[in-house]
Amino acid sequence: MENVGVCDEFVNLKATELRLGLPGTEDGGEEERQKVSCCKSNKRAFPETEKDIESTGKTKPASPPKAQIVGWPPVRSYRKNNIQTKKNESEGQGMYVKVSMDGAPYLRKIDLTVYKQYPELMKSLENMFKFSVGEYCERERYKGSEFVPTYEDKDGDWMLVGDVPWEMFVSSCKRLRIMKGSEAKGLGCGV
Amino acid sequence: MAEEEDLSEMTNDVERHLKLDPPKPSSSPPCPSHVLENVLENVLKFLTTRRDRNAVSLVSRSWHHVEAQTRFEVFIGNCYSLSPARLTRRFTRVRSLFLKGKPRFADFNLMPPDWGAQFAPWVAATARAYPWLEKVSLKRMFVSDDDLALLAVSFPGFKELVLLCCEGFGTSGVAVVANKCRQLKVLDLIESEVTDDEVDWISCFPEGETHLESLSFDCVESPINFKALEGLVVRSPCLKKLRTNRFVSLEELHTLMVRAPQLTSLGTGAFSSTHDGAQGEQEPDYASAFRACRSLVCLSGFRELTAEYLPAISPVCANLTSLNFSYANISPDVFKPIIRNCHNIRVFWALDSICDEGLQAVAETCKELRELRIFPFDPSEDSEGPVSGLGLQAISEGCKKLESILYFCQRMTNVAVTAMSENCPQLTVFRLCIMGRHRPDHVTGKPMDDGFGAIVKNCKKLTRLAVSGLLTDQAFSLIGEYGKLIRTLSVAFAGDSDMGLRYILEGCPKLEKLEIRDSPFGDVGLRSGMHRYNDMRFVWMSSCRLSRGACRDIAHTLPSVVVEAFGSDDDDDDDDEDDNADYVETLYMYRSLDGPRKDAPKFVTIL
Repeated sequence: MENVGVCDEFVNLKATELRLGLPGTEDGGEEERQKVSCCKSNKRAFPETEKDIESTGKTKPASPPKAQIVGWPPVRSYRKNNIQTKKNESEGQGMYVKVSMDGAPYLRKIDLTVYKQYPELMKSLENMFKFSVGEYCERERYKGSEFVPTYEDKDGDWMLVGDVPWEMFVSSCKRLRIMKGSEAKGLGCGV
Repeated sequence: MAEEEDLSEMTNDVERHLKLDPPKPSSSPPCPSHVLENVLENVLKFLTTRRDRNAVSLVSRSWHHVEAQTRFEVFIGNCYSLSPARLTRRFTRVRSLFLKGKPRFADFNLMPPDWGAQFAPWVAATARAYPWLEKVSLKRMFVSDDDLALLAVSFPGFKELVLLCCEGFGTSGVAVVANKCRQLKVLDLIESEVTDDEVDWISCFPEGETHLESLSFDCVESPINFKALEGLVVRSPCLKKLRTNRFVSLEELHTLMVRAPQLTSLGTGAFSSTHDGAQGEQEPDYASAFRACRSLVCLSGFRELTAEYLPAISPVCANLTSLNFSYANISPDVFKPIIRNCHNIRVFWALDSICDEGLQAVAETCKELRELRIFPFDPSEDSEGPVSGLGLQAISEGCKKLESILYFCQRMTNVAVTAMSENCPQLTVFRLCIMGRHRPDHVTGKPMDDGFGAIVKNCKKLTRLAVSGLLTDQAFSLIGEYGKLIRTLSVAFAGDSDMGLRYILEGCPKLEKLEIRDSPFGDVGLRSGMHRYNDMRFVWMSSCRLSRGACRDIAHTLPSVVVEAFGSDDDDDDDDEDDNADYVETLYMYRSLDGPRKDAPKFVTIL
């Protein structure tokens, strides 16, 4: 599963390192390594090359998260799954909520605990349904868009997304609905 | 388990040694053989350890025979190292069987499913041969509901079932065991996958008083009938260990504790409350329930911890010898006041969420610590990593009696590892997992060779080692030179060349279990161990540089070693077929007395 990126890393390190090893093994090993990694098909799901190679010992700043290697780090899936369960359920009620958009044939479901604040959520919704909400501001709500994100809260009322603090929203939101058109005007346009 | 000399190794010795000692035909022994046997039996029953028993069985044929008659506990470290028929032929009075199946790397999805390690042939053979069987412990085996059903009806005196990291069964299988094994003392399901067949298995225990001493079901991911559980606990006066799953709430746990204050070991389930404070109802006094459990020495669970309730365990902290927080995301602030009371802790498992700060607190208080395991809350390569060499070094300075450590981290230094090697001379198990692959010392940028080198040099009792981080062949040279007692070695993403593997195979005489992944070791390295493989339990090498030819050579040279080759993916691109036909993705080889197994799936090639 070593790919070309890893080979490069070895080359870099070898150039800078002092180490012990039998003479004659390094060069042969090097070529062999590159040959093997080029020949064998990459059977593991690992499309990206490693970006944050540490040749100096300092971690490079976070790049897009690497595709995970199979079975690494060596933590049993049983253990991994149990910690995940806690992560999702520890937030209380509103975890997975249905999202509908007026005019769209299918509903979607999202996990609210994945987001930390409203902008992340909005971005995700925009991507999901291919629309734009425009800018949110206190007075004029969602300006410049015919789409207005709303949600149904614990009491069954339909509210505008963004009015209450994020944590309160996550714990009270039961489902989301992206309203469109004239119906939206009542809620969205600075009334 | 300290002594793991297993059956296949011992039987190997027996076959070799006893052939040199043929019975003398002319002179008859002075005592009739049955007297000798009686005497021996009475002497040998005092020998309980496997090593002693294995040694005794080599003395002579009659000793071999008597030992076989008096061995009640059998340990088989690899279920494919011998056939069930051989077991039942050799030992006639087995009461307790411990079987291990898949190799450890199977836990990390490196082995395709349906590879094997079925319990079925073993339960079938033992059902016929040992109707008096009392105890079965299985690790990494495939156990079906049918197997459990057969077990339940075949052994009327059955007392103890322990399933560790097993799979293939569900709550219906568990229900049969609960219902039919009327002498059951121990039912421990640990880290196993148990499918939810929607069977109320707790209600299947028979009515009336039970013999239950230990009931562990924390890995069962389905709700249980709490009323039935409560009733069961009430009618199990011998119950000492109870580990509930996360579907048991804090209130329910309280009820159980009140019913069973004699518990010594408690798995707390969720440890969060469904209590709605607004209703103004009185919450149960959790601390008082803990206080009433005067014998409680072992706590685990905390699966969905609500931190505000954690102080309820304070009354038992001073008595605790074992504490497992490894499923609880506990911050240092919540953790420190708790651990400060735990002076007697010997075994401590936790998540790295307690940070170096929390480890410092452990070091200050837990002077009796023998075993430490720190797991990652976020088990990915690019997570933050709240623990580091600082925590490791602190532990080494505070917990000098440390014998075993498993430590996951993102960054480490040679200095910290060396400090541990110097401060903790009692270490027998050192497993360090630096989660970023090929990561060097984060302060100096050098490989981690020095640190691991110090461990093998200074920890003279070391029997198990797992290495990680950036390592050159030099590290393996040191392991080979100094790791004379090492029996288990785990290597991942390490080394430069075949020399690394050679150093290990030529240097570590006690090596029994070798597991390597994603390291540049090839045929030359593999061949260099030809003289060792008969004496080892198994070798696993995946994503290294092995060719079929070399693996075949091993198989031909060593007939008592079974050599399995397989890849982790099923689909082969036709284009690559020719280029890669020689490449062995995964090699798993092990000694076996009965040759290759007959149940190998299609994707496994036995060379």
